[in-house]
Amino acid sequence: MKKLSLSTIVIRFTLIVGAIFSLFPFYWMIVMASRTNSEIFAIPPYLTLGGHLIENTIIVLTETNFFQAFLNTVFYAVVSTILILFFDSLAGYTFAKMKFKGKKILFVFLLATMMIPGQINIIPQFIMMDWMGWVGSYNALIIPGMANAFGIFWIKQYCENAIPDSIIEAAKMDGCSTFGTYWRIGIPILKPALSFLAIYSFIGAWNNYTWPLIILNDESKYVISLALTRLQGLYFTDYPLVITGTLISTIPVLLIFFFFSRQLMAGITDGAVKE
Amino acid sequence: MDDTINDVKDKKSFKDKYSKISEKATPYIFIAPFYILFLIFGLFPIVFSAILAFSKWDGIGDVQFTGLENFKTLLADTDFWLSIKNTLIIWVIQTVPMLVIALVLAFLINLSIVKRKEFYKTTFFLPYVTSVVAVTILFGLIFSNQSGLINAVLELLGKEPIAFIDSPFWIRIIIALVGIWQYLGYNMIIYFSGLQKISADYYEAAIIDGASNYQLFTKITVPLLKPIILFTVMMSTIGGLQVFAEAQVLVPTNATAEGGALTIVYYIYQTAFLQSRYGYGSTITWGLVVIILIISLINWYLTSYRIKGEDD
Repeated sequence: MKKLSLSTIVIRFTLIVGAIFSLFPFYWMIVMASRTNSEIFAIPPYLTLGGHLIENTIIVLTETNFFQAFLNTVFYAVVSTILILFFDSLAGYTFAKMKFKGKKILFVFLLATMMIPGQINIIPQFIMMDWMGWVGSYNALIIPGMANAFGIFWIKQYCENAIPDSIIEAAKMDGCSTFGTYWRIGIPILKPALSFLAIYSFIGAWNNYTWPLIILNDESKYVISLALTRLQGLYFTDYPLVITGTLISTIPVLLIFFFFSRQLMAGITDGAVKE
Repeated sequence: MDDTINDVKDKKSFKDKYSKISEKATPYIFIAPFYILFLIFGLFPIVFSAILAFSKWDGIGDVQFTGLENFKTLLADTDFWLSIKNTLIIWVIQTVPMLVIALVLAFLINLSIVKRKEFYKTTFFLPYVTSVVAVTILFGLIFSNQSGLINAVLELLGKEPIAFIDSPFWIRIIIALVGIWQYLGYNMIIYFSGLQKISADYYEAAIIDGASNYQLFTKITVPLLKPIILFTVMMSTIGGLQVFAEAQVLVPTNATAEGGALTIVYYIYQTAFLQSRYGYGSTITWGLVVIILIISLINWYLTSYRIKGEDD
């Protein structure tokens, strides 16, 4: 009995240490964002919240183009998410529910493209964007990724079990067009799968860094990840302002996490464990 | 009811030919966007990049074909080899501890004596949603040379402060730590859902036979999770070998291979986008492709070897 309680204590202790490791950086971010620069340099360091969070927030939002970058990122993330939802669900639905020649080969090909490491194309892609006049434009961020293999795969897997063939047949009998069947019958049933794909795509776009770094050259068009590194260069000695920007940029994804963590975690594990 | 069926029949005979053709074409039109985008933005760039790898080009003048010149340069390029070394070190010191700890945590949370499973899962997973830039800036400040929390603690303990960011040894550890913090929970929940598919009977039988928690972990959990472990290893390999943002945000300028932060993708970025050497940058890219292929083959070899071993 004693041995058991000892191992229970060790287990609980390990988990609590792990939880602190996960949460502390968030806490420290808020602490630093609420202090002045001189307070941050103090030794011993202040471990509790200070009173300058609002002041720092106002400085970051008014004296830099950070607020503009925030709005830009909302635009980019929302538009690309909507396009991904449409094109991926249409193709995923087609693969799951329609019969056509070459379907198997086309789908295997689609899966194979997922194995290509993303970074190997950045140089030629950049040059192509230059030819097309898309350097500095959101087209370069949104269009190449608006139909992606992962999302199509994900929707197809979900679709196969979720939509009975009989419903589709019935819709056809009632004179519903193929697209109409997808739109009026497929989409409502696919809602849970779509909500995961939406969260996943939105977070991906919100956090995207490497490609925007290469493509966006005009500060007025910066997305938030670029504005953050810009802020770091601008206030490299004024840590509270840099970290306030970091905090502001993190709030949207934290809110999404707060409301949708279950869907997000379930979607990620489904995708991994099924394969 | 009869009326509707007749209506449909009338419609069908009316536009019979049209509907037959369009019915056949429809699925291809629905899946076309992906394939069109892949041809333009996926396949063509690969071909283009292969041509560039044998060329000299600054992006403005003509593309000069230089044969194997770039590859000769590459093999003799000490920065390239050091960038491989940096990348591999960061990859190993990130992936190995992260996956081991993730597996142990998943195992512990799955134990029946642990309460609040959802709380732990959610808490560990939370860092996954944050942006790599935000996390890197935060960690950069925690380990900052001037006023970082860690150095403040060292000073309080009477120790010398450490210049973490400038040290080739420490910078790799910090880059790895950023990755561990972000992806530990991601891997943990994947392991956890795999664990839940393992029948409790196995554990109960082993417990009756007097197995300790450690034995349960090594004799039941790890062997049965092998496919999922391999999945996470592959994901971490593809991601880890392309590490860039962490290094570039921590050391935004003058990254040198000796500094420890120059990873392969960072070197590609510097060569192509800061020095406009698109040809040589593509050559380095193909060097990276070869490394990813070699490591994937090793992974594949280990997998098939293990599966054979299980059959015996």
